[in-house]
Amino acid sequence: MGFFQTKRNLRNNIHHGWMLICLVLVILMPLIIGLGLYYKSYPILSTHSLAELLFSSSWHPQSNKFGLLPFILSSLWVTLISLIISAPICLLTAIHLTQYARKWVLRLMHPVIDILAGIPSVIFGVWGILIIVPFVSNVVGPLFNKHLSGFSILSGSLVLSVMIIPFILNILIEVFRSLPTELTEAALSVGASKWQTVKYVLVKKAFPGIISAFGLGLSRAFGETIAVLMVVGNVTRIPTGVFQPGYPLPALIANNYGEMMSIPQYDSILMFSALVLFVIVTLFNLASRIAIVQVEKHH
Amino acid sequence: MDTPVKIDIKDLNLFIGKNHILKDINVTIPEKKITVLLGQSGCGKTTLLKSMNRLIDLNNQVRVSGSITIDNEDILHTRKDITKIRKKMGLLSQRPYPLPMNIYNNIAFGLRISGRKNRINLDKRVERYLRQAHLWDEAKDRLRDSASSLSIGQQQRLCLARGLAVDPVIILADEPTSALDPISSMAIEQMFTELKQSYTIVLVTHILQQALRVADYVIFMYLGEVIEQGPAHEVFTNPKNVVTRQFIQGNFS
Repeated sequence: MGFFQTKRNLRNNIHHGWMLICLVLVILMPLIIGLGLYYKSYPILSTHSLAELLFSSSWHPQSNKFGLLPFILSSLWVTLISLIISAPICLLTAIHLTQYARKWVLRLMHPVIDILAGIPSVIFGVWGILIIVPFVSNVVGPLFNKHLSGFSILSGSLVLSVMIIPFILNILIEVFRSLPTELTEAALSVGASKWQTVKYVLVKKAFPGIISAFGLGLSRAFGETIAVLMVVGNVTRIPTGVFQPGYPLPALIANNYGEMMSIPQYDSILMFSALVLFVIVTLFNLASRIAIVQVEKHH
Repeated sequence: MDTPVKIDIKDLNLFIGKNHILKDINVTIPEKKITVLLGQSGCGKTTLLKSMNRLIDLNNQVRVSGSITIDNEDILHTRKDITKIRKKMGLLSQRPYPLPMNIYNNIAFGLRISGRKNRINLDKRVERYLRQAHLWDEAKDRLRDSASSLSIGQQQRLCLARGLAVDPVIILADEPTSALDPISSMAIEQMFTELKQSYTIVLVTHILQQALRVADYVIFMYLGEVIEQGPAHEVFTNPKNVVTRQFIQGNFS
């Protein structure tokens, strides 16, 4: 083996090594973040019980009371309602685009979806303040005979539902496009109408993919910060209806981190909030993955 | 031809976008016989088959002219509900595509959507068609299992049973044995020769041996045109067209 050969081998090994390091780094990233958050939230965990932090609704940092329940529930409300609004829209749009529309419509939709996905969330926030909040206050409020400021769970959900549409829609389009044409042909040939084919055959076949699309949308929605923060009201109280203001977890962290650090343990409770956020989003992902596996096993 | 004509195709031309896929097709398909559409891959066999039950409608770039007459009705220009026409024809595709439901419902689906919902009646019919497709003995204890748990060969027989269940008069088969092992293939061929007692069968294949085994009548296609058609023994023993002769003698390039 000559000198050049050795050098070549060496290079080969070095390059292989770099790739491996990058890969390991990416794999370890979630673990490192999780451990880091746990480390930083350790002070609060050592003085307060987990149950108290998660399930107490009393939030008085000055009196050393750190109940996160109002924030956790606000986050869940905003997220679930946004999914309830966007899920049927995405599903029907994806079905129309892939099963009914002409090909050029789908080609047109791809850049539209990309543009929607690329809009910075602060712009959605401004749009929410200018359009959605007045809409909820002036149109939805009178409809229910209520006097509303408009800064509410509903406004947050509406803004959020528009924001997650491109993400859910993109996956759903891929899911429906990957269904074999022969399946449609088989259903049509036994006398099913187009709608029966979609309803009984295609949606059923696509079900695992639909779940994973919604799961991803849920995770995105749960972590979204700025746009929601701008329209949701940020009042520390457990919301009992969609017209009330809420205060989601990401908003709590973004609003307060770097401020109010004079209060003991404030830094630690915010880190613990981040950890809770991280764990819930991970659980969403995990649950949708399990659901997919279960559904696939069943088929 | 002495047997009655079931499908009569006249001056059929079909374009997909700018491509002329089927050129001046004029063929007649006899009732209760096996008619084999023979030719190389890409010569338009499958498109011709899918024209017969209007599955070509799925592609909105298709333009078509001419006529396809089935039971005195031009199905290309009919005002009737297209699903009724499709139900006259059972379809068997290249690979089995069972519906995403259990074995029982794969057969019952077509019956239910056409309004037959009586449970006892459904049970009877499911059994009858599974028997007809020689699948009953293997499937009777697992009717509630997912159809995808069957082997490929069993799935293809299930698809045949599914097609038969809606009472078709014609069976359209698009290279139905191409994904199957030799034994499963023979089983399907065997079934076709039984089924032609009651059904008109159109079988697309590029396998000459298969055509020799089952065909009563042969339509030979080449580059979108029908270049020869006639009773199987005539076409196979005395082909008139030079391309057909080369194909049959096996030196098709």
